[in-house]
Amino acid sequence: MITPADTPKTVKLNILRQDTPDSQPYWQNFEVPCSESSNVTSLLRSISANPVTAQGTKVAPPAYEASCLEEVCGSCTMVINGRVRQACSTLIRKIQAQNPGEPITIEPMTKFPVIRDLVVDRSRMFENLKRIKAWIPIDGTFNLGPGPKITPEEQEIMYPLSRCMTCGSCLEACPQFTRDNAFVGAQIFSIARYYNMHPNGQKDKDARMEVLMGDGGITDCGNAQNCVKVCPKDIPLTESIGVIGRAATVYSIKKFFGK
Amino acid sequence: MSHKRVIVVGGGLAGLSTSMKLAEEGVAVDLFSLVPVKRSHSVCAQGGINACNDVARQQGYSEWEHFDETVFGGDFLANQPPVLEMARMAPSIIDMLDRMGVPFSRTPEGNRDLRLFGGSLYKRTFYAGATTGQQLLYALDEQVRHHEVQGHITKYEFWEFLAPVMDPEGRCVGIVAQDMRTMQIRSFRADAVVMATGGNGLLFGQSTMSIICTGSGTARCYQIGAKLGNPEFVQVHPTAIPGEDKCRLMSESARGEGGRLWVPKKRNDTRHPNDIPEAERDYFLERLYPKYKNIVPRDIATREIFYICEQGYGIGGGQMVYLDLTEKATGIPYETLKRKLGGILEIYKKFRGVDPLLEPMKIYPAVHYSMGGLWVDFARDDKTGGLKKADPRNQMTNITGLYAAGEADYQYHGANRLGANSLLSCIFTGLFMAPGIRKFIESRPPVADQSQQLYDTAVEKQKAAQTRLLNSKGSDNPYMLHRELGRAMSDNVTIIRCNSKLRQTLELIESLKDRFQNNLGLPDSGLWNNQSLAFARACWDMMLLSEAITMAALARDESRGSHFKIPDELMERHDLPLDQRSLPRDDEHWLKTTLVSYVDGKAVLSYEPVDVSLVAPRARNYGKVTAPAAPEGTKEPLAAAH
Repeated sequence: MITPADTPKTVKLNILRQDTPDSQPYWQNFEVPCSESSNVTSLLRSISANPVTAQGTKVAPPAYEASCLEEVCGSCTMVINGRVRQACSTLIRKIQAQNPGEPITIEPMTKFPVIRDLVVDRSRMFENLKRIKAWIPIDGTFNLGPGPKITPEEQEIMYPLSRCMTCGSCLEACPQFTRDNAFVGAQIFSIARYYNMHPNGQKDKDARMEVLMGDGGITDCGNAQNCVKVCPKDIPLTESIGVIGRAATVYSIKKFFGK
Repeated sequence: MSHKRVIVVGGGLAGLSTSMKLAEEGVAVDLFSLVPVKRSHSVCAQGGINACNDVARQQGYSEWEHFDETVFGGDFLANQPPVLEMARMAPSIIDMLDRMGVPFSRTPEGNRDLRLFGGSLYKRTFYAGATTGQQLLYALDEQVRHHEVQGHITKYEFWEFLAPVMDPEGRCVGIVAQDMRTMQIRSFRADAVVMATGGNGLLFGQSTMSIICTGSGTARCYQIGAKLGNPEFVQVHPTAIPGEDKCRLMSESARGEGGRLWVPKKRNDTRHPNDIPEAERDYFLERLYPKYKNIVPRDIATREIFYICEQGYGIGGGQMVYLDLTEKATGIPYETLKRKLGGILEIYKKFRGVDPLLEPMKIYPAVHYSMGGLWVDFARDDKTGGLKKADPRNQMTNITGLYAAGEADYQYHGANRLGANSLLSCIFTGLFMAPGIRKFIESRPPVADQSQQLYDTAVEKQKAAQTRLLNSKGSDNPYMLHRELGRAMSDNVTIIRCNSKLRQTLELIESLKDRFQNNLGLPDSGLWNNQSLAFARACWDMMLLSEAITMAALARDESRGSHFKIPDELMERHDLPLDQRSLPRDDEHWLKTTLVSYVDGKAVLSYEPVDVSLVAPRARNYGKVTAPAAPEGTKEPLAAAH
């Protein structure tokens, strides 16, 4: 691999480690070889192959999640240089250019319980998908003809919403979302909007709105708009929040007048 | 029924469709996955899913054509009845996905749009932008979540499958699995087990596959007696972004939508691609295949790219060619392609820093798909030419009660898979096999009656194996062993193969196995979320699968689909075109399925005939022109055509 002059041959990584969910986190420093196309997952992989700290101590390799390595599965989400992002698409040459010579800091997401090192438990996001009935109810898998026609204009609104990979970036960046509150966050508002739009998904709209107007629902959104800035898929999250907010108003009026 | 359960291992499209259909059949399902199922490798599929459709039908296409293209594309190595059944069911699968709310791309009138894909002259590929696999996976994930809420399906995410549990009669009656966080190892009873664990790209080091695609699920069944079918058939996709950690796929849909492959006509042309005029570009696939042009099947496009680079025409003399989506080359406006291909354009931009609609992409082939996998049975229906519905034999491995589906099986793609047929085969196998599985478990005594000792013994065996690994104090790190394995497999067992290199590779695998068994050093000996332990186990599995792949490739002295063999003495004859160097397809001796069994720690080969009862094998060259058209501006011989 040709290494252009602006890419350093090695790079320093400061990794926040934590052995178990209940133990104290601690920093560990590594210095690893780096090429023009290196990214954070490729460097974590090379630490696994040679897990020795910058001080020369042999350690257990840092635990981390990764799978697709092309920013479509959401696994490797972590906080790198203070910003939540996917480790696989975080190119070293790019972030080094922002802070030349400085070590890269790598931490687990802070809004979810740590399992070990960079691995966190994001099951809360999937549980919330159950609460808002994030599915289209169908009459089974038999051959029953096509679904409803969808205009290209509708599809072009729905498709970007459906690209949410449940990575948790929007929740990590959100000041309202904490480890111990019930706030569902932008991910859920956006997915709910998707199902509310679909002709058959609309059947569960009222049940969905009940959840979104309850504890941890839309009224808890502080409109900080951090979510949309960190979303790796450029999902129009604040627009979704607006749509759900208006739907909530309509739903309360309807409910007040007994529908 | 409620006391009988089925275990599904793997939560990609095949595992999810199996689980969903079983739940609908009233069977309780336990679904195991290494990752939250929503993060499975199906998420990476980009281009689309094939099915005969109304538009193509009115142009002369049919389910039969889809079937014929698939077996022809697979160079006649696939058993034909299962492929016919799949092609017949495809249109209804699209409708089902549509009802589930998959945001398929639409025509102005609101119909589902279609695109062109490799190996067909008809538009028969449905798609959702360039992230079709993701959209299909999410739709099935949601249906499964709905079943989960209703109590039909129980998910075990972050659990790793370690081994099947066998009863004394040789029936699979459950599995041993490990919680990857707590490292608890325990057994689970099941009246049938389905392996939907995907392909094995990681054993080649870099591939387009996710790094969880180790093939371990398959390898662990192989080690207890399940046979592999056609493991030597490995698809190398023509267009990927080369990378040190992974090769990132650039979907065939880029070419289906008008993208063109080219190299400069002049060797070592150092100009920026946008500065190279039209007349000085060699659109080599269009020159060689005037009928199919850039959408010849993958094995063929891959070899042409390999050859043109071997001849020194690759970009800068290296191993890369241009995949051009610029308006100048395609005549298609920027915004149109951005709308249709956004997902893959983003990937290129993120990883290469260049907008591929403004500047041609630099790509090279990469390992992409395992046509081979667990051997599975089928029940032919002589009346329809397809399969008998609800027959327990469909998709069952040679182990009673152990089934396989999706990329983990070997059944549908023969020697080369056509683009956009994998999403189809995954969903088809899941849906089609489930009623047969229900019938199977109804006909057998419940595993609830099996002795607990059977399960305890299986757990103890895995615990003992784990203890051995945790205590290994040698100097070979499993990640380093994997690197050596991947390099050899990539260098010697991919696009072109020759027997001397295959033999060398087998020797290397033997030495890696020896080092694994005698000099492994695990960098982590803890019992909490120990990823090194899991990787070491997978590393051993990858060595065994590599051995099976390489042995089967060594034995098969012919060229067929993705398996392309050159006799040792012709390997360096770069003056000859590739197809004058290679062994021809040899139906007389090699129109047969490779079976590999694991016997006393060794791979043993045997063969069985291919069911070609529906269409007779014919020559496969996609109308390649026989006379090389000499490119302008050079007198040197170019990628010759034969």
